[in-house]
Amino acid sequence: MSTQTIRQSAQFEGCGGGGIPKTAPRASLLLVYLALGIAFGFVLTRAEVVSWFRIQEMFHFESFRMYGIIGSAVVTAALSIAGLKRLGLHAANGEPITIPDRPLGKGIRYAAGGTIFGLGWALTGACPGPLFSLVGSGVSVLLVAIASAVAGTWLYGWLRPHLPH
Amino acid sequence: MHAFLFGEWPWYVAGPLIGLFVPALLLVGNKIFGVSANLSHICAAVAPGKIEYFRYDWRRVGSWNLVFLAGVVAGGFVAAHFGAHDVALSAAARNTFAQFGIHDLSGLAPREIFNWYALLTVRGFVSIVVGGLLVGFGTAYAAGCTSGHAISGLASLQPASLIAVIGFFAGGLAGSWLILPLLLEVR
Repeated sequence: MSTQTIRQSAQFEGCGGGGIPKTAPRASLLLVYLALGIAFGFVLTRAEVVSWFRIQEMFHFESFRMYGIIGSAVVTAALSIAGLKRLGLHAANGEPITIPDRPLGKGIRYAAGGTIFGLGWALTGACPGPLFSLVGSGVSVLLVAIASAVAGTWLYGWLRPHLPH
Repeated sequence: MHAFLFGEWPWYVAGPLIGLFVPALLLVGNKIFGVSANLSHICAAVAPGKIEYFRYDWRRVGSWNLVFLAGVVAGGFVAAHFGAHDVALSAAARNTFAQFGIHDLSGLAPREIFNWYALLTVRGFVSIVVGGLLVGFGTAYAAGCTSGHAISGLASLQPASLIAVIGFFAGGLAGSWLILPLLLEVR
């Protein structure tokens, strides 16, 4: 039971966390997540942020496009969050909307992990969302990159006690 | 409407549409938008071993996100069949790719590197296998990826996410400017 408690608090670390759910979502709600996922995969692809070429173009500062997309996505999300907070809305599943703070700690994990992630982002030309949408788009060899990314995450879990955070 | 469905979306259309997934997921189930937690969920489901980090109830915590992820694959499939077009790169970028020896700029990734046979070449192996490993390791270490840190994290003003995003760009610049040119020289 104690391991469960530890990991529950650790769940706040990962992205895609949110509040600790007491139960798994109902099937009907899962369909909504599926629909949102389909929309997201479609938008990512049509936005061209899944393109290896766009990623390299961005890192070479050869177009404003990616910066405009990321910047306006952040602004839209920030304004939406501020609006939701002000309205004090509850989510459709009844939970109050909360955004847990990321524990900063020494910040080593964010700097080191972020840099390692960035290297991988440049080499594959894709971050995790696009890796999956690209497989759907027909770049099937990226299944290998996904398997490799899962292995990388597993490697982190294994080495975690020895890494500075 | 035709341009929206089939043409290139300008950045000021694409960016806000991506940003709207943050409030959408909050409104549906108080979920923080982020893809990379799924890599942990897959580890927890498939091979948790004796590793503390993967010993949690992945169904309860992650089923919504895994279903979302399955949707992302399907969304990529839909987009590839409706409105697929080659990316209109800047002249500067096309010039850079020519210097890299990449001439086929069609599709979403260079076919010369991202195909099954290329796995047996140094550049294919490093781009796909090593790159994937770094993505998975780095995102778990940093506790988030582009969606979780660059979008959700920055939008909710998390200092941790700002550090992570600076890291993303530091690593990305090193990869794109230093490693990639070397990699593309070796066939």
